[in-house]
Amino acid sequence: MKVIFLGATKGMGRALARLFAQRGDELVLLGRSTSELEKSVADLAADGTRPAGFARCDLGSRETFAPALDEALALLGGHADAVVVTAGLFATQLELEGDSELCHDVLDVDFTATVLFCEEARKRLLAGGGGTLCVFSSVAGERGRKPVVLYGAAKAGLTRYLEGLDHRYRAEGLKVVTVKPGFVRTGLTAGLKPPPFAGEPDDVAARVLRAIDRGSPVVYAPAAWGPIMSVIRGLPRFVMRRIGF
Amino acid sequence: METISGWGRIAAPGRQKLSHDLEGASRDAVLCRGLGRSYGDSAIPPASSPEVLGTVLADRILDFQPASGHLSAEAGVSIEQLNRRLLPRGVFVPVTPGTQLVTLGGAVAADVHGKNHHVSGSFGDHVSGLKMRLADGRIVRAEPDGENADLFWATVGGMGLTGHILEVDLTMRRVPSPWIAAETTRVDDIDAYIDALKDAAERFPYTVGWIDCLSKDKRLGRGTLMAGDWAEPAVAPARYPHPRPRVTMPIELPSWVLGRASVRAFNFANHWRHLPRTMRGIQHWEGFFYPLDMIRDWNRMYGKRGFTQYQCVLPDGAGRGAARRLLELLSSRGGASFLCVIKDCGPENRGLLSFPMKGISIALDIAIRDDTQALIDALNEQVIDEGGRIYLAKDQLTRREHFEEMERRRLPAFREARNKWDPRGRLRSAQSVRLLGDA
Repeated sequence: MKVIFLGATKGMGRALARLFAQRGDELVLLGRSTSELEKSVADLAADGTRPAGFARCDLGSRETFAPALDEALALLGGHADAVVVTAGLFATQLELEGDSELCHDVLDVDFTATVLFCEEARKRLLAGGGGTLCVFSSVAGERGRKPVVLYGAAKAGLTRYLEGLDHRYRAEGLKVVTVKPGFVRTGLTAGLKPPPFAGEPDDVAARVLRAIDRGSPVVYAPAAWGPIMSVIRGLPRFVMRRIGF
Repeated sequence: METISGWGRIAAPGRQKLSHDLEGASRDAVLCRGLGRSYGDSAIPPASSPEVLGTVLADRILDFQPASGHLSAEAGVSIEQLNRRLLPRGVFVPVTPGTQLVTLGGAVAADVHGKNHHVSGSFGDHVSGLKMRLADGRIVRAEPDGENADLFWATVGGMGLTGHILEVDLTMRRVPSPWIAAETTRVDDIDAYIDALKDAAERFPYTVGWIDCLSKDKRLGRGTLMAGDWAEPAVAPARYPHPRPRVTMPIELPSWVLGRASVRAFNFANHWRHLPRTMRGIQHWEGFFYPLDMIRDWNRMYGKRGFTQYQCVLPDGAGRGAARRLLELLSSRGGASFLCVIKDCGPENRGLLSFPMKGISIALDIAIRDDTQALIDALNEQVIDEGGRIYLAKDQLTRREHFEEMERRRLPAFREARNKWDPRGRLRSAQSVRLLGDA
């Protein structure tokens, strides 16, 4: 499998990229920092499979999207089977409420920039006859909840976009896989108190890889978050106003 | 108030800050912490500066040369990750402690040792370079015989008190197959056990044993000696030994569960399970090196009050009876240790505070009771009399005066190295406050 991967240098992306590499898939990593990309390429090489390549791409500057994807495609010999996006920004509700600059960045990167990147990726995958677009959204977008009002809003928008994209283009061969991670212990959530059912990046990665192989449209990871969120979605508003979750 | 604890689960005030970017995050840190497997307070920040930098997210392999075994990696990579990723490529860590859930940074800081200490020395003996963040903010390289060699040997076994370890270079060991050819022997008492250990050490690169320290008099220290080596391809199974699934200890057990009666029953069963005196076979590497890793969070077995591990090394010069004398003291004090691990050590290395020295190492798990401090004090006094020393990675209860007495030969050089590399005394831990008098 030939994979273009935005966000593989850290956290869940790092764990997922390792699984691709370990089974011999060919990877091109996209990211902001050349030195970080080089380190991650070296890390993936330790498993002794195909060497990965990289190209510079910054979710914060949209003019980098098309050139980065084209460069990645060229490195892969003109064809990609999948584009994976795990990159994103996170901040707590308190931080976002107190800092409108930060709030703007989180909303912009997690919704607008990610959608625009996906549009560029979608065009290229369809031009190549289809493929898989796997994007990390979040369980935070499932319901308006006190601790994730702003972050959740961006992720809710992203989730809807991905759902629509899957409906519109699946017949043409584009499979969209929306990943909804619950709490996973990574750098993104460092310092937050982990709730019960907190996941480890490696377990989440294994689940996501299966979903990509099968083309499942939605995957909750860890699995326990699927039933948890279906309960949360069904709770009446007067309950949501009272609970802190 | 937020608390943090070592593997022994005795909580202290403090919190951990995790970061992918050790280089950036180490600038203001007073201490680093890996997977938190040191039993006591070595990875707990001092009360005066209660934040420790967690390194586990910095887990990338930066370079691996299969031909030479040379490896460069970020300090947060665990030995487990190295084994899982690189054993399929025919190499294994050169030295491993009894758990693979330790980071490279932690392995260097505690200069961990393993079943092959008698032939391979400790972890630091296989490290060819360190990238470090010093207390004054500089980033430097330290090598065993080259650049900043004095910093290197102060850092190997230096418990993280000489600078933050960012990256580690080491040489992995090539193995003929991923399986272990093991031999276990039943031994009747402590003196016979130590003879058998010496005998096995001549035939095997890996030796260790568990003994029963509740049996009295003639049967004191009866146990099982385990020895092994990597199996030659001709005798190894053709399939690859994949990592095994783990079970989790889901709850804290009440403190009485690991009392004298259950320890006695376990030891009895373990002894008589082993009817033939010697058994040989091919073993999975995880079962041979890491039997306790199979149970995630096994430290919960010790209940709310937690436990401590007491590990000391008694020099050969103390004579053949030294191990027996220590176990007799433990037994006369009513100490019940579920696990008692005895292993012979090779010569000490150049690490200024590195634990191993030529002699016998004894490790005991001790559940915390009201009289545990008095027991540790008595054990320490005995160790001082025998000319031995304790392992800082296990310790939480040793008194400063006992530590200074044990280390009176080596401590001045370590203090001098800290003065040179951290003159303002910025880098410190709860342990260094307790044992070295830091602020």
